[in-house]
Amino acid sequence: MLGLEKKDFTLLLIVFALTMLAPFLLNPFPEGSAMAQFNAGYPDLMQRFVIFGIFAIGFNILFGLTGYLSFGHAAFLGVGSYAAVWMFKLLSMNVLPAIFLAVVMSGLFALLIGFISLRRSGIYFSILTLAFAQMMFALAYSVLTPITGGETGLQLALNDPRILGTSATATGNIPVPSLFGLEMRTTADLDLGAWGFTFNVGYYFCALVMLVAFYLSIRIFRSPFGMMLRAIKSNQQRLNYTGLNPKPYTLAAFVISGMYAGLAGALMASMDPLAGAERMFWTASGEVVLMTILGGVGTLIGPVLGAGAIKYMENIISKINSDILHTWFAFLPDGLEDFVVAMIYPFIGKGWHLTLGIIFMLVVIFLPGGLVEGGQRIARALRGRKTTDDSGKSAKTEPAE
Amino acid sequence: MGILEVKDVNKRFGGLKALSEVNLSVKENTCHAIIGPNGAGKSTLLNCLVGKLIPDTGSVMFDGQSVLGRTPHEINQMGISRVFQTPEIFGDLTVMENMMIPLFAKRDGAFRMHAYESVSAERALIEEAEAMLADVKMLDKRNMHSASMSRGDKRRLEMAMCLIQKPKLLLLDEPTAGMARADTNNTIDLLKEIKSKRDITIAIIEHDMHVVFSLADRITVLAQGTPLVEDTPEKIKGHPKVQEAYLGEAH
Repeated sequence: MLGLEKKDFTLLLIVFALTMLAPFLLNPFPEGSAMAQFNAGYPDLMQRFVIFGIFAIGFNILFGLTGYLSFGHAAFLGVGSYAAVWMFKLLSMNVLPAIFLAVVMSGLFALLIGFISLRRSGIYFSILTLAFAQMMFALAYSVLTPITGGETGLQLALNDPRILGTSATATGNIPVPSLFGLEMRTTADLDLGAWGFTFNVGYYFCALVMLVAFYLSIRIFRSPFGMMLRAIKSNQQRLNYTGLNPKPYTLAAFVISGMYAGLAGALMASMDPLAGAERMFWTASGEVVLMTILGGVGTLIGPVLGAGAIKYMENIISKINSDILHTWFAFLPDGLEDFVVAMIYPFIGKGWHLTLGIIFMLVVIFLPGGLVEGGQRIARALRGRKTTDDSGKSAKTEPAE
Repeated sequence: MGILEVKDVNKRFGGLKALSEVNLSVKENTCHAIIGPNGAGKSTLLNCLVGKLIPDTGSVMFDGQSVLGRTPHEINQMGISRVFQTPEIFGDLTVMENMMIPLFAKRDGAFRMHAYESVSAERALIEEAEAMLADVKMLDKRNMHSASMSRGDKRRLEMAMCLIQKPKLLLLDEPTAGMARADTNNTIDLLKEIKSKRDITIAIIEHDMHVVFSLADRITVLAQGTPLVEDTPEKIKGHPKVQEAYLGEAH
C-alpha cells in the first residue's frame, strides 16, 4: 500500500494514529491532580515533538544511513527559520510559500556546505560541518544583523510590506501565520469530566507534514538510493571498485537531510513567527545527534522517539522544582524527606541535563540500538522466545521477500 | 593485441623503484598469472591497473582505451572487476543486497538518484542475483548478514559480486592468501568453473604455486619491479631464472 511493504505500512499507520491521537495520549492525567504536571498534551510541546521529529528523521537519513556525522545541522534549521520569517514579512502570512522558500534555501546552503565538507570523512567531516555552523551562527549574530535581526532575532513588525497580505489586521495587530486563512494558533478545547484536551491547528498541520516527511524517509530507506547510502557506511572501498561513485550519493543525502532541517525550521517559524541565531548554535546541532542516537541510529522510527523523549524531558522534568518534590515526599519523616529531596534535586529543574546525560550513557552502553532496540527486546521477551535474529531492526531491508 | 596492454610502466616511491619498464600483455579469454617474491611490485602493478595508483611513465590500455587518470569506479565501469586479498564486501548488508549493488551499478552507472523507487520492485535484477547466488551455491544464505559468514563464503560472495557485472577482465589479488588447504582447493575449483563457463579474462596475482599452476594459461614472473620472464606454466616450472628468483626461495 502506498508503495510500501506491509511491515512499513503498518509502522506508518501506527505513527499516523499516535500523532492524530496525541492530544489524548499525552494528557492521561486529570487536570488538577498531582500527576497533571506530567501531561504533555499542550500545543506548544506537541508542536515541538513533531517538528524536532522531522529534524531528526532528516538527520537520520545522513547519519543513520551513510554514517557521516554532521555536527552542524542546526545551521540549516536556522536558515529555514529565517527564510520563512522573511517570507511572512515580504509576501504573505500563508505558511506554504514560507515552507517552500525555507526548504529551497536550506537545500542550497546544504549543497554548498556539503560539497566542501564531504571532501573529508570521519572526524574531519564532523569538524568541518561544526565550523560552518558556528560561522553561520556568528554571522547571523553580528554582521548579518540587517538580514537576521542579530541579537534580538528576526521578528514581524507592523510596517512589513507583505505584498499578498495586509501589514496589520483591522484591530491594528500583526497578522498571524495561517494556512489559507486557517490560523495556526486556533485551538479547540474538549473537557471530559476532570480531563481537558486541547486540539491545535498548528499541531495538526505539523503532524501531517511530519507524516509526509516520515513516509518519504521510508521510501528513501527502501530505495536503491538508500541501499547505496548504507553501502557507503559499510564499505566505501568495495563501492568504488563496484563502479559506483560515493560522492554524489553522500552529497544528495546531505542535501536531503539539510532540507528536512529547513522544513523543521520553517515549521518552527510558522508556529511562532520569529527566528533567532541561537537556533544555529552548536548545542542545537548536538541535540539532534542525541535524539537520533537515543532513539536508534539507522532505524525508521528511532529519531522520532528520541526527539519526543528529549523534548519531553526538557519540558517536563525541568518544570519540577523542590516544592513539588517536598509535596511528593511529604509522607516521609521530616529529616528523611529533606534528605531524599536533596538527593533528587540535582536531577530536576535546571538539572534535567544531568538526567538526560545519565539516560544517554545508559542507552549507549546497554542499548546501542537506542530506544528501538529496547522496544524490540521487550517485545521479544513478551513473546517469550529468544531469537538471535538481528535483522529485526527496522532499518534492515531485504530486497526480496 | 591483448585486452590489457601494459607498456613501459615505471613507478617510484621516493627512492624505491617499485616498477621499472614493465611490459605485459593479457590475451582475451585467458588466465594470466603474475607471480614473484615479496616486494617484486605485484600489488603496485595491480593498483596501477585499477586506478588506485598512477604510473610515473608508460601506458595502460584496456580494451583499446587508456585507464590512466581514471578513478576506480570509472575503470570498473569500463569492465574491470577486482577481488581483494581480504574479501571486501558490504558487511552490514545482507547477501542479497550485496548482489543487488553491483547490478544497480551495471545498469544505472556510477550515480543515479533513485530515491523513490523500491528495491523489492526490481524483479528482473532480483532474479538475476538469485541465479548468480544459485550458481555459487549460496542461495540459501541470501538473507544472511554478510559480515557473519565464514571467510570462504565471503570470498565466494565477493567473486559473485564481481562476476554478476559480467566484467571483461577479472583481477584477483592473492585470492587464497591465508586460506586453509581445503578452502584453497575450493577456490581453485570455483575459479576453474568460472573459467570454463564464461568468456572471461582473468589476471591473477598469487603466491601459492599450486593455485597458479592449476589455473594459469600464461605466467609472468616479476622480480624487483621488472618482468623476468613470461611463458606457459610448463616452461616456467623448469626455468632456471625463475627457480633462482622465486621457487628456490620459499617453495
